[in-house]
Amino acid sequence: MKFFILAYKNLKRRKSRSFLTIGGVAVAVAVLVALLGFNAGYQEALTSDVDKMGYQVIVTAKGCPYEAATMILSGEAGLRFMDEDIYNQITSDPDIDKITPLLAQLAYDPEKQGGKGGFINYLGIEKSYIELKPNVKFKSGGWFSAENANEAILGYEAAESEQKSVGDKISIPDKDITLIIVGIFERTATQEDGAVFLPLKTTQRVFDIEGKLTGIGIKLKQIEKISEFEERLYPIASIQVISMSQVKGTILNLVNSAKILIMSVAFIAIFVAIIGVINTILMSVFERTQEIGIMKAIGASRSDIFKLIWMETLIICTLGGIFGSVIAIFGGNLTELLVRKVMPYAPGGRLLLITPDLLVYSFLGVIIIGIISGLYPAFKAASMRPIEVIRSGE
Amino acid sequence: MQDKIVLEAKNLKKHYHRGSEIVKALDGVDLKIKGSEIISIVGPSGSGKTTLMNLIGCLDKVTAGSLKIGDNDVASLEEIDLIKIRRENIGFIFQRFYLIPTLTVRENVELPLIFAKKNINAKNILDLLKEVNLEDKEGIQVKHLSGGDKQRTGIARALVNDPKILVADEPTGKLEIKVGEQILELFKNLSEKGLAIVIATHNLELAQATQRIIHLQDGKVVPKEKSDLYY
Ligand SMILES: Nc1ncnc2c1ncn2[C@@H]1O[C@H](COP(=O)(O)OP(=O)(O)OP(=O)(O)O)[C@@H](O)[C@H]1O
Ligand SMILES: [Mg+2]
Repeated sequence: MKFFILAYKNLKRRKSRSFLTIGGVAVAVAVLVALLGFNAGYQEALTSDVDKMGYQVIVTAKGCPYEAATMILSGEAGLRFMDEDIYNQITSDPDIDKITPLLAQLAYDPEKQGGKGGFINYLGIEKSYIELKPNVKFKSGGWFSAENANEAILGYEAAESEQKSVGDKISIPDKDITLIIVGIFERTATQEDGAVFLPLKTTQRVFDIEGKLTGIGIKLKQIEKISEFEERLYPIASIQVISMSQVKGTILNLVNSAKILIMSVAFIAIFVAIIGVINTILMSVFERTQEIGIMKAIGASRSDIFKLIWMETLIICTLGGIFGSVIAIFGGNLTELLVRKVMPYAPGGRLLLITPDLLVYSFLGVIIIGIISGLYPAFKAASMRPIEVIRSGE
Repeated sequence: MQDKIVLEAKNLKKHYHRGSEIVKALDGVDLKIKGSEIISIVGPSGSGKTTLMNLIGCLDKVTAGSLKIGDNDVASLEEIDLIKIRRENIGFIFQRFYLIPTLTVRENVELPLIFAKKNINAKNILDLLKEVNLEDKEGIQVKHLSGGDKQRTGIARALVNDPKILVADEPTGKLEIKVGEQILELFKNLSEKGLAIVIATHNLELAQATQRIIHLQDGKVVPKEKSDLYY
């Protein structure tokens, strides 16, 4: 305990230097925790997004399949159009368990977000949509009164942010129409929480795209049959079949390559932090050459000096670890914002999953770093010979 | 008990290598010191004073000859055992004080106890601080102290382990004459309680105030008449 105080007071002697070093360690830890947390969080969020989707397969108009997939995941359902006939054509396929047509539209609303402006997703759906989505439930209200009604159902967040409830009216920008809100969905923690749902027919009419769809969501009786199913659809030239597990894999691949890049940045940060720690401690050892010699003269053994210098390293690393974890936790929102901007597709749930486990491991990692980077300076100090040191000061 | 020999050196040698040359910093020194004795070691620069002090203080290994401190023959000991002897028998004070500037007076004084893994007895420390006239300054960081008070702190630190020999290399070199005299007075009080004190100095006045003067020249003890008293 006394050694601890001694070490602590030594660090206090050069406050700004100690502080900068601690800062370096903190940044390295924060980056590491954020990255590892992101890794776990992103996969979990993506998996849950895909699972909540309910569809195993999506049929869209031909185009870049991944672009289409990410659009679907973000509730925009691939903005290329396909003919409604195709839906009627495949709906009787024997392998299909459930099937639902989708028509997504985007509209820019300058009033959104208190005047900042933003896009609103409109999603035209039929009743089968609810059957396909296991966790879509009504928070209040219910289904549309008719196939062609001027009615809307709001996603949870859409209702929250617009402060609307059942019975209120909304309009669509640039369209001469007023819709009555008949229902509000519960939170699903997917992108569709922000969407406005309309009856499919109404959507086609309002946006003037009669007979068109942007996608078809399908749940197969047996997912193993997917390749046979795909083959049967192959002759229809204008469409493509996308399996969600494939999409998940591709997105994860994309994320992984980004991750490797960021990981190398994290390792550089850690490396720099280690060098910083070693440098700081070595400098303070050399500055205190005489002091260390004197400590030996008044009874300190090699191992006492070793312990003392090592303790200083550990204090720096521990404080760095604590600050770093705090930064990672509280800076998590910022990281998330950044990630959402950078990543090709950001799932709806929290992207950063900072678990106690993760913190403990990162913390242990830092302590190990501290132990390692303290070795050399501590050894250097311990092997200083008192007489030479005292003489050099005469 | 006070006349017991606390230190005995016979034909003590310390040779250093400087390149291919051998420097005979001490070349056969005989010396006996009794408990409660204050002696001074004088001699021109390079005569071996500091070397002798380092050997007495168990800071360095003996090249040849014998050196007994208390009942221990230290000439043959390795560093790890020398530390033990040092902790139990030796108190050091230095011309430049060498205190730890960020610690308080009390913390500096306690340091040897921490290294010796001994319990810290607050009352003992206070008594010790009283003895060196620092009882009202125990909480002050030593960097704020005057030179005299720094040396008093150094003395208290040297005494805290209850040593048998106090080794002082130029203890008053950096102090004003008046303060130096006070320190000497303190030494006398301490020696009356049974502490042997060895002072290496260029200061003849200080030396003459001690009970015995050892003249060193070229690593050997010489009679007073033969020493180059250029100072
Ligand atoms: N580590 C060393 N390596 C080589 N030579 C040394 C070493 N230490 C001391 N010497 C030499 O030993 C001799 C005695 O040195 P010492 O420091 O004991 O003299 P001193 O009497 O204390 O001198 P001063 O009055 O200047 O303090 C000197 O010639 C010195 O250069
Ligand atoms: Mg000297």
